[in-house]
Order: sequence, then C-alpha cells, then structure tokens
Amino acid sequence: MATASLHQKNRRFAILFAGVALGMLGLGYAAVPLYQMFCSVTGFGGTTQRATQGDADLAAQFAKSGAGHTISVRFDANVERNMPWDFKPVQVKDTVTIGQRDIAVFTARNNSDKPITGTATFNVEPEQTGAYFNKIQCFCFTEQTLQPGQEVRMPVLYYIDPAILNDENAKDVEQITLSYTFHEAEDPAS
Amino acid sequence: MATTADTFQAHTEEHHHDADHKPAFFARWFMSTNHKDIGTLYLIFAIFAGIVGGGISGIMRFELKEPGIQYLGWWVEFMGGEAGFDQALHLWNVLITAHGLIMVFFMVMPAMIGGFANWFVPLMIGAPDMAFPRMNNVSFWLTFAGFISLMMSAFVPGGTGMGAGIGWTAYAPLSTSGSPGPAVDFAIFALHLAGAGSILGAINFITTIFNMRAPGMTLHKMPLFVWSVLVTAFLLLLALPVLAAAITMLLTDRNFGTTFFDPMGGGDPLLYQHLFWFFGHPEVYIMVLPGFGMISQIIATFSRKPVFGYLGMAYAMVAIGVVGFVVWAHHMYTVGLSVNVKMYFTAATMVIAVPTGIKIFSWIATMWGGSISFKSPMVWALGFIFLFTVGGVTGVVLANGGVDDNLHDTYYVVAHFHYVLSLGAVTALFAGFYYWFPKMSGRMHSEFLAHLHFWVFFVGVNLIFFPMHFLGMDGMPRRIPDYTPAFEFWNSIATHGYEIMALSMLIFFANIIYSFVAGKKAPANYWGEGATTLEWTLSSPPPYHQFETLPIIDDGEEVHRHGNASPSQA
Repeated sequence: MATASLHQKNRRFAILFAGVALGMLGLGYAAVPLYQMFCSVTGFGGTTQRATQGDADLAAQFAKSGAGHTISVRFDANVERNMPWDFKPVQVKDTVTIGQRDIAVFTARNNSDKPITGTATFNVEPEQTGAYFNKIQCFCFTEQTLQPGQEVRMPVLYYIDPAILNDENAKDVEQITLSYTFHEAEDPAS
Repeated sequence: MATTADTFQAHTEEHHHDADHKPAFFARWFMSTNHKDIGTLYLIFAIFAGIVGGGISGIMRFELKEPGIQYLGWWVEFMGGEAGFDQALHLWNVLITAHGLIMVFFMVMPAMIGGFANWFVPLMIGAPDMAFPRMNNVSFWLTFAGFISLMMSAFVPGGTGMGAGIGWTAYAPLSTSGSPGPAVDFAIFALHLAGAGSILGAINFITTIFNMRAPGMTLHKMPLFVWSVLVTAFLLLLALPVLAAAITMLLTDRNFGTTFFDPMGGGDPLLYQHLFWFFGHPEVYIMVLPGFGMISQIIATFSRKPVFGYLGMAYAMVAIGVVGFVVWAHHMYTVGLSVNVKMYFTAATMVIAVPTGIKIFSWIATMWGGSISFKSPMVWALGFIFLFTVGGVTGVVLANGGVDDNLHDTYYVVAHFHYVLSLGAVTALFAGFYYWFPKMSGRMHSEFLAHLHFWVFFVGVNLIFFPMHFLGMDGMPRRIPDYTPAFEFWNSIATHGYEIMALSMLIFFANIIYSFVAGKKAPANYWGEGATTLEWTLSSPPPYHQFETLPIIDDGEEVHRHGNASPSQA
C-alpha cells in the first residue's frame, strides 16, 4: 500500500489543502480592507459618502429644478471617554432642501493644559441613508489639533443626494441624525 | 459494502506475525501513529472534557435554581478571589465561556472527528491507516495543549476577576479593551492550538478519503459516515482559518496596538462579529454532520435495509455545508442590518431546512418496511431524529429576522441550540458509542444499561431544555445569573432535569465499567446482517494493523446484495 506514488499523491494533496487553509487565513485578513471598501461604497451601516464639488453642483441643479423636498437633519457630537474636549453642535437641528448644499458648524474646545490631536469617527442614522449623505468638506477628513484652552469652529459642508427619493427603503425618512465621536489620536501627527 | 476482505484476516494471522504487535505503553499512547489508538485517545479526552464542561453547567444550573446569587460568591472565594458582586458576575461570564468553549472545541469536535472519524473512516474505506499518521498524532496533542491553555486561563487575571469572561463568541470590545489581564490571551491561544489541530486533521481526512479508498470503492459507494466526515473536513478547512484570522486580530488589538476592531483607530467591532460567525455558523454543522453520518449507518443497520436515497443523503450534506457558509449574519440580526440584508439572511437560512428535511425523511423512509430491531444504538438514533427535529423547528422560527428581534439572546435561543447540539449531536455521539464500543473494545456493553441510560437521559435533557423555550418567550435573557422570581418555576424544573441527566451519566459510566469487567467478548459482527460496512469484516477489536492486503469492493456482489435486501424483488 505504502508505495512511493501514493506518498507523492498524498503529499500533493496535503500541500494543496494546506494552501487552501492559508488562503482562507489570508481572506480573513483581506476582509478588513474589503469590509471598509464595502461600507464606504454602499453606505452600509450608515457610512456617509464623500462628494466632489462637481457632484454637489449637479445635485444643486436638481434642487433648483423645483422638486423642493425637504428633510430634517439632526447633529450629534460626542467625545471618547476621558478625552478632555468639549465638542458640541452649534445648531441641533436643521431643515434642508434635498440636493441643496448646507453647512453645519460644531465647536470644539481643549480643556486640558497640553495640545491634543483628535480624529472624528462618524455615521448617520437611519443607516440606509448613509449612501445619500454626501460631505463635500468635513473636519473629520483630517486630524485636528487643539492647543491648550483653544476653541475652534468646525464646519461640515454637505448635501443630501436627490437619489434618496428613488430608494424604496430611504425615501420616507423624514429625519437623519449625523453623529460624530472624537477620539484621541494615538500619536499626534503634527 | 460487500467485500472480499474476510479472506485477508486468515492470511494475516498465518504469515504476518507482527500484524498485532503493539509498541510499549509510553510509545503506544504518547507517540502513537495508529489511527485507532489516536481515536481512542481522542474519545477518552472528549469524555474527560465532557465531565469538566458538564460539571460547569451543573454549577450554572444550581445557581439558576432560584433567583438571586447563591453560590457564585462561594466559588469566587474557592478560586482564591474576593467575593464581591462584580467578581461573582465575572465568574458567571467565565463559566459560560468555559462551558461553551469546552463543549464545542474539546468535547463534541474531538469525539466526532478525532474519535469516531479517526477510528472508522480508515476502516470503512478499507485503508490501513490515515494518510499522515504522524500529523494525526500532532493534531491530538495540539488539541490537548489547547485544553490545558484554556484551563490555565481560569487561574490568571482576566479583568474583574480570574479567568476569561468573554463568552464563547469573544466579541470585541469585551474581549479587547474590556478584559485586561492574560486570561483572555490564554483562551485565544487555546483556540489557536485547537484550531490548528483541527485544520491538520481536516487535511488528513480529505487526503485519506480521496487517496486511500480500497480498490473499487468509488466516492458514490462510500458509507455515508465517510461522506459526512469528508464534508465536515472541508467545512473545517474553509472556516477555521477565518476564526484564526479573527482571533489573531483580537490578540494584536489587545497586545500590539492594532485597531482592527477599535473605532478609535478606524476599525469596527462589527467586523469581528462578521468574521466570527463566518466561522461560527459552519462550525455548528461541523459539530452535527458526523452525527448525521453515524445516524445513517445506524438506521440502515437496524432496519436491515440500505439507507433510502443514498445519493440524496450524501449531497444533502454537501448542500448543508455549502449553504452553511452564506447564512452567518442570522446570528447578528440585532446589530442594525438593513431590512434587505435581513430578508436575504432569513431566506437563505430557511433554505437549509430543505436538505435537512431530505435527511430526516430519508431516515424515516429507510425504516419504512424495514426489519427493525430496537437495539440500544437504534433507540439513541431515534432519539436523535426526534430531538434534532425539535431543535430544527425552533431554528426555522429563529431564522426570521423579525421574530429574532424579540427572541435574540433569550433562553429561547439557548433552548434551540442545545436541542440541536447537546441533545442532537450528543445523542448521536452516544448512538455511535453504543454502535461501535464493542468493536473498539472487544467487549459487549450491557444493552439493559444502554437502554436505561437512554431513557433517563432523554427525560433529563428534555426537562432541562424544553422549559427554556417558555423562559425565552417570556423574555429571560441568556448569560445572566439572576432573574425575576417570575421565572423561578421553569428554572427549578430545568435544574431538576439536570439532576436526572447527571444520573444518566452515572449509568453510562457504570455501563463502561461493566463491559470491561464482565462484558461478553464481542464477535466481529455483533449486529448481524444489517451491518454491512467494512469495519464489520474485521475482528473486535480490529487487528493493530488492518488491511495490509486491500479489500476489493466487488460491484457484482453489491448489486446482488441490494437485490436480496429489497422485499419487492424477493
């Protein structure tokens, strides 16, 4: 039974299937960037979109064309536990025309006696509106550094994509909540 | 499978005097490369782990007998800690974690795959041993080391107290920033070791089944138990590395500052749940598919008929395995999935009921018109069909995304997965045990004790788990040691059920002792003409080295036998 050819065949199988196992291990890791890509492309889990000026102009055309649907947007601001910042929205609620550009302003203040760099994470609720919530400019795109005692105003330039009106699951949404959470950056970039 | 292997034995005894030569004790049991010895080691290990895991569930059941915290503080002090409220609740988390991990990775999997599959896959396909005997040994000792690592985690700090209190699912962030101390690292390392052992085992089984079948045994002539192990091995091979990736990420998140699951650094804790359940759902089929295979052998043996719809049975298992990989998010209905995603996972999950139904109905059709004898393995197999079906029905209920919003993380879920696993898979294990124990040991067990074991066990486990459906429907959350007095009645019934189940285990051990002390010597085929697979052509226990001359699977005789078995042609 234990012929040389069987040994060789067995060895080929072992190498092949060990390769399959390693491949699945690799896929497990590949899931990390794939998952992020999937979320940002589809707006899955309330991931908001980034838009260019051109996209925004196109949407504004739609808003002007007189559809005139409005939607209410609420703003929510949090900081990570133990982070010595005050962070809150200037306006709690806004009503915007769908397609129309709007600006929301947040204020952040560093209460500690040393400079602190923070990064903001964000998402929207209800989550199916994530694909239609477009940010043109946002303080969350980069890290923010505040000097001791410094207070700054942080703007977000955004619009709601008119395509939301064609989405079965999202068109009846009357209010979207945009939420930010500031985290202390592990090693300050600047 | 009709065979000409019978002739080979006489041949062996005459000319190969060393066929039954065994190495000395240490070399035989600690450096074993013999699939039967390694299978025996796995079975002994699984029984031991089952006692530990079952003992832990006993502590939990007695704590849950009444509302309030009764015994946890005592156990905390017993383990050398300070008995505060938080410490008591942490101990509870440690207990549920240990119970889950031990039963899944160190009891059911070693018994099903390491134990029975190791013993009987080579015998059933007519192979002298596994393809990689030394790798087989490595698999066992990796699993053993994993168990040691898990046990050690109970004695090192894990946050609020000693031990890893993260649930068998080890969700982040509880398992990352929520549990400082080395306990969780030990638990994760235990999973790495057991997982590596299982992946090596899977490669071994796939290679053995593909390359080492006796001449004439085509894939479509393999016994269904071998089919079930083949499908299981592929599930292991594809699912376990994903778990390994996920828990490695946990480990680096905990110790090396990565942020795979930490939003602070751009990660997402939900990603862990996706990765875990991509492994976790196939895992439940890994635990039960070999049981399906054993039940098929047993039902056919004691109905004295070939199994009904052989190809349908084999490919139903393949279908369960394939679909099992695309239903994982039904464990995550409450994390905020959109309606469309929930609709998909609901539908895909329910699809699994179709191949499972094919199997259930084929078992019943096998018995239909058969010459049934209610020997102990058959009684256990019938118990399996009943209990697994109950668990399957509640599974279809839970598959509904909308219904699950209400039942998620309640005792209804606990009842469901214990019906399919602790009542389904474990009942299949006992069926297989009584089916093959005399073959493995050479001694007959007591049929009376085996029947008694079944009935006491059956009453006990149903008393434990059936009331949990009511508790879950009433909203009792799982993983909490305390509850409102409204839940006391059914909880005390469940605890009494545990006492009865524990009694049945005493009968089980009494039976093993009886068979070794006073059991009759087992003949080669003690179940009679219904037992047709190759292991019944060998002595009980089989020679230390079997099939040095390969059995030939004769096509003509196969057809002939089928003709005889079918009453319509008689």
